[in-house]
Amino acid sequence: MLYNEPSPLEVKVVTRRFGMANSTSIETYLATDGYVAIRKAMEMTPEAIIDELKASSLRGRGGAGFPTGMKWSFVPRNSGKPSYIICNSDESEPGTCKDRLLMENDPHQLIEGMLIAGKTVSSNKGYIFIRGEYRYLIEIVDRALAEAYAHGFLGKNILGSGWDFDIYTHTGAGAYECGEESALLESLEGKRGIPRLKPPFPAVVGAFQAPTILNNTETFSAVPAVLRDGGPAYAALGTPKNGGTRMFCVSGHVNKPGVYELPMGFPLMRLINDVCGGIRNGKKLKAVIPGGSSSPCLKAEECDILLDFDSLAKAKSMAGSGGLLILDEDTDIVAVALRTIKFYAHESCGWCIPCREGTTWLKKILTRFHDGAGKPGDIPLIEELSNNMFGRTFCALGDAAAMPTTAFITKFRDEFEAYLKKSTPPVDTPELAVV
Amino acid sequence: MLTGKSMTFSPALEERFAKLLTSYPPGRTRSAVVPMLLYAQDEVGFVSRELIDEVAKRCSVTPLQVDEVIGYYSMLHRHPIGKYNLQICTNISCQAVGAEQLMEYACRTLDLKNRETTPDGLITLEEVECMGACAWAPAIQINYDFHHKVTPERFDQLMAALRDGSYEKKAS
Amino acid sequence: MADPVHFTIDGHQLEAQPGTLLINAAKQAGIEIPAFCYYDGLTLQAACRMCLVEVEKTPKLQVACTLPVAQGMVVHTNSEIVRKARKGTLEFLLTNHPLDCPVCDKGGECELQDMVFRYGAGESRFVETKLHEDEQQWSPVVYYDRPRCILCYRCVRICNEGLGVNALGIGNRGANSEIVPNMGDHLDCDECGACIDICPVGALTSGTYRYKTRPWEMEHAGTICAHCSNGCKTTLGVRNGGIIRANNRDHSGINGEFLCIKGRYAFDFTCHPERITAPMVRANGELKPVSWAIALATVSKKFSELKARKGKVGIIGSNHTTNEENYLLQKFARQVLGTSNIDHHRTGDVATLLDALHGKTGALATMADLYNTKAALVLDSDLSQEQPLIAFQLRANFRHHKAHVYVVAPGPVREANYATTIEAAIGQEFEALESLREKLAGEPELAIVFGAAIKGDAIRKLVTFGDSLNIPVKYVGLVDYSNSRGASDMGVLPDLLPGYHGIAEMGLEPGLNYDQILTSTELDALWVVGSNPASRQPIAAQNAFVVVQDMFLTETARLADVFLPVASAYEKSGTVTNVTGEVQKLVRAAKAMGPKPDLEIFALLAKEMREDIGAGKPEAVFQEIRRLVRGYDVLFPIIETGGAVPTMPLNGRVPTEPAPELIRSARNTLFTSGTLGRFSTMLNSVLESPGTLYHQPPTPEPEPPVGTVTA
Repeated sequence: MLYNEPSPLEVKVVTRRFGMANSTSIETYLATDGYVAIRKAMEMTPEAIIDELKASSLRGRGGAGFPTGMKWSFVPRNSGKPSYIICNSDESEPGTCKDRLLMENDPHQLIEGMLIAGKTVSSNKGYIFIRGEYRYLIEIVDRALAEAYAHGFLGKNILGSGWDFDIYTHTGAGAYECGEESALLESLEGKRGIPRLKPPFPAVVGAFQAPTILNNTETFSAVPAVLRDGGPAYAALGTPKNGGTRMFCVSGHVNKPGVYELPMGFPLMRLINDVCGGIRNGKKLKAVIPGGSSSPCLKAEECDILLDFDSLAKAKSMAGSGGLLILDEDTDIVAVALRTIKFYAHESCGWCIPCREGTTWLKKILTRFHDGAGKPGDIPLIEELSNNMFGRTFCALGDAAAMPTTAFITKFRDEFEAYLKKSTPPVDTPELAVV
Repeated sequence: MLTGKSMTFSPALEERFAKLLTSYPPGRTRSAVVPMLLYAQDEVGFVSRELIDEVAKRCSVTPLQVDEVIGYYSMLHRHPIGKYNLQICTNISCQAVGAEQLMEYACRTLDLKNRETTPDGLITLEEVECMGACAWAPAIQINYDFHHKVTPERFDQLMAALRDGSYEKKAS
Repeated sequence: MADPVHFTIDGHQLEAQPGTLLINAAKQAGIEIPAFCYYDGLTLQAACRMCLVEVEKTPKLQVACTLPVAQGMVVHTNSEIVRKARKGTLEFLLTNHPLDCPVCDKGGECELQDMVFRYGAGESRFVETKLHEDEQQWSPVVYYDRPRCILCYRCVRICNEGLGVNALGIGNRGANSEIVPNMGDHLDCDECGACIDICPVGALTSGTYRYKTRPWEMEHAGTICAHCSNGCKTTLGVRNGGIIRANNRDHSGINGEFLCIKGRYAFDFTCHPERITAPMVRANGELKPVSWAIALATVSKKFSELKARKGKVGIIGSNHTTNEENYLLQKFARQVLGTSNIDHHRTGDVATLLDALHGKTGALATMADLYNTKAALVLDSDLSQEQPLIAFQLRANFRHHKAHVYVVAPGPVREANYATTIEAAIGQEFEALESLREKLAGEPELAIVFGAAIKGDAIRKLVTFGDSLNIPVKYVGLVDYSNSRGASDMGVLPDLLPGYHGIAEMGLEPGLNYDQILTSTELDALWVVGSNPASRQPIAAQNAFVVVQDMFLTETARLADVFLPVASAYEKSGTVTNVTGEVQKLVRAAKAMGPKPDLEIFALLAKEMREDIGAGKPEAVFQEIRRLVRGYDVLFPIIETGGAVPTMPLNGRVPTEPAPELIRSARNTLFTSGTLGRFSTMLNSVLESPGTLYHQPPTPEPEPPVGTVTA
């Protein structure tokens, strides 16, 4: 099902079957070039598959933007150990709602992408780790898996090749941290989703301590197109080093929020104005959070930018998960900063001190600040605590909490100071420690 | 604390569990802990002590290993909740389009605070983190059903439907 | 050894073996990198972020506890940015940590206090409300105070990895994370208290010690545990002459960081209300308190009289008294009383083992060997219950060195979690051994640890089996109590003199053994020192004059004509020999007002009888032992300074007749310890979860942790 009107500016690659009748069924899939790429992959060497991926400049769509071909090339192919293909469908980055659509509308495309990965490293098992809140998708994907088994694309001796491959769905149960790949693997093993020490990286020691290809739903979903049409053709859709298209999830104060598939490197302002119909109610743009809530916000004047990994990194933000929150001039940035840090405090796994205590402390200060009891020292303190977290935590969650907070308070310092002017700080006596 | 007693579940769930236990590599039944807890919770209502022991037994882990997991995952809860788990996302995308006001509206009209249940046990209200419906905000979930672009009017209709039993399991 | 890598820390040119973690490389060079979660020998966590250091050419600060040194690495551990990071981390830690140091047990011994003192900020910028949670009692001996907990996970790791008990886990998430016990709100575990010892702050506190004192008010005596045969060092904290704490203060013993419940908590028998502190003499059928002078005179008079008329005396010695006491008791028996009717409750067939190993050198394994051997075989013992340090050593060996461990036992044992295990009834062990032959013979070396069920000829058969493997094999013959081995070595036996010389060497006939003494109706006197045979079997000598030396009015003591109250192991000096034949020194910690050490009693009795058995000072007797007892010419300075020295091989046969019927293990668990256990209130208070031998292991083994790096 689709929840917003598509845009005529879209370039539909992974969403090409969206909106078709019975888009989830294998018949529809087979009728629209489905399972063509895996047949092709069957005839290719692992090196050739990986070369094709490298040529496509496909980069991980989960957030980090790591080149997929290179990631696959790190997985030992003849270790003698089993290896696993894991799909990260634990979509949880605030602002992001695309993997849900891929599973809901075209599960076979994902299955085929995982099959190709499986073939590449001679794996026999794959898991789709779906966040717990997406329960209805488990049913949809399970149905698609059953169809794929029935048609001989999964199970024993796939397409007469002698190769066996199984895919299972696995549900999460509510934890943002499990989107971090090693935390996801812990969770898959039935444990708390605490990230692992790296190295070793999942490519070498991943699921069940074995070599693992672990990619985002959208990344796997793009793989069939890469093999079907060739890496260079896919790459040509985007900008150099940022191949293909990606699904942009646009939320907030635009007239037509929605999920749109556009070429990598699509200009942000065209996305806002041409795809999404501009800022609603004729308001002015204030800021954009361009890649999920952990990406540092861009002020309106910084928004003349291309939406690809490198351009946004250059602007000291990130393309992240492709979730864009568009904020208009009436937005209370302090409220957004508070809501953001509340989220990270809630989702901090608690493993390391700076993230566990830092997010909680920041949440407490910002709550008080937002409630009108800010103190003059709060602004530099928020800044310094964010700095004390940044780069010092066990995993990227601490950075994910620190980066947006730092961006809010440096780019919109005037708003924080305005809050302070309205504040009525409580009588400043030291509190008694609770013993 | 492994007791001799064992729990039984509906045939559909038992079938699901049987499949789960064979889904993972040999000796990795611990992997089934989280899914089993969540699926069982959906049927039983909450994660009871008895359920912890049962899952521990079925997955060949200790009750402590199950216990550790429950505290970690926010969807698992140790106490019964209402028939309908009403979850309102207030994360930034939803916040931008009035989710906090919707949450206040829900509190006021249902006479509940966050994480409280109506006295008739029908509805539990919970403010939650991003549920993956950002582009169609503000979003809520009733049990596992998504409802997008929820206005106060739409909210009232949904609550009325919950109350008069006409609520249909249907994602909008 | 591989070629070392060269690197620079704080301007010092250093080298270390490849793979050495930066934190350890720095430590070797005397540079401290602070850390909470890093703990030698446990899995790496990188959780506390205290050990962040600056590594040149790396953009971010690096975690020294997980980073191996690399060639050319240039590290700064005390730069401005590093100091700031430490300060920041400590500031984070203190946000929710209550500043209740003045009433915290850990105050003065707290790593967090020390860190804040050295690296922290003087003032806090945290003005928000602290998270609070009430303290929880998890067992009679373990309390948990969540707000104090800094979540370093040391407790979880020592319990799960170190002990294999898996009683602690982590609950909740984020700032609400906490340590949780395995039973939801309480613990079902070994109650070893390792979690308390390893806690860097006052989050886990001891039920016996909490709120009793400030640490600096105690004096500390590192002595040897009074309970089982493993010989762990326990450091007794003493205030005003009384013991108020036992722990593993400096990890300097053969037990490293290990202590079980007995070593840590079961010192309270010393102040049990039923302890007898005055001598008693039976008058009109009742034991009445008398002075030491009267009591000693009564005994010496009777002994002199019996000596004069060649009366029949039987003596039961102890598994707990010191080597000096055992030596002097047998000397008293043979020299003063002219009898070899002396024996003790034998809990293992040491004599046969030593005879079976004659002609071999290095055939007895030490505690350290059990940690280092490439392979070990355990026969007929539930180690984790009966021999907890040995269990810990083998487990640590498996964890750190991947040692192969084989177990043949009559029921489930905890070692099954990592060992190749065969269940075989007592008496069927050798069939099981044959099935392991091929694997065992393929090992580069083997340590065989066997329980008391293997005795007499079975020991010889076992040694023959060991020989047939054609690999170096060492043995440990298990015994039960703190000086069971010493009783045997010192000749508290009817047929063997100290050092296992045959009695015939002195031209004497063997005396009555333990069973014969207890079943003899003809004894004129029965002298029981530190033993309670009447709790196990009736004493036949109804008309004998009975002298009992003990701390309590045991079943045997109730039969006494004269009762002499004695000092416990914690109230005297001397040496003991543990199960692996290592001699260690007892350090007197507490003062016993009234009771006397057994050694002093022997000397006083001899003096009273005008006999010369040498001075009754432990140091003098030990020198005599070193001079005269085979195997005991051990390095004195090591023992004197608190070390352990293995006894030497005997270099000769042991002329002993097999008497397997006399070998009887007491089959103690972690929660029992003979008389001492009965009179330890603390040990009895945790009997809600009594240890059971060969009980189903409570928990499966966790999967191998990721990123395990071992020393």
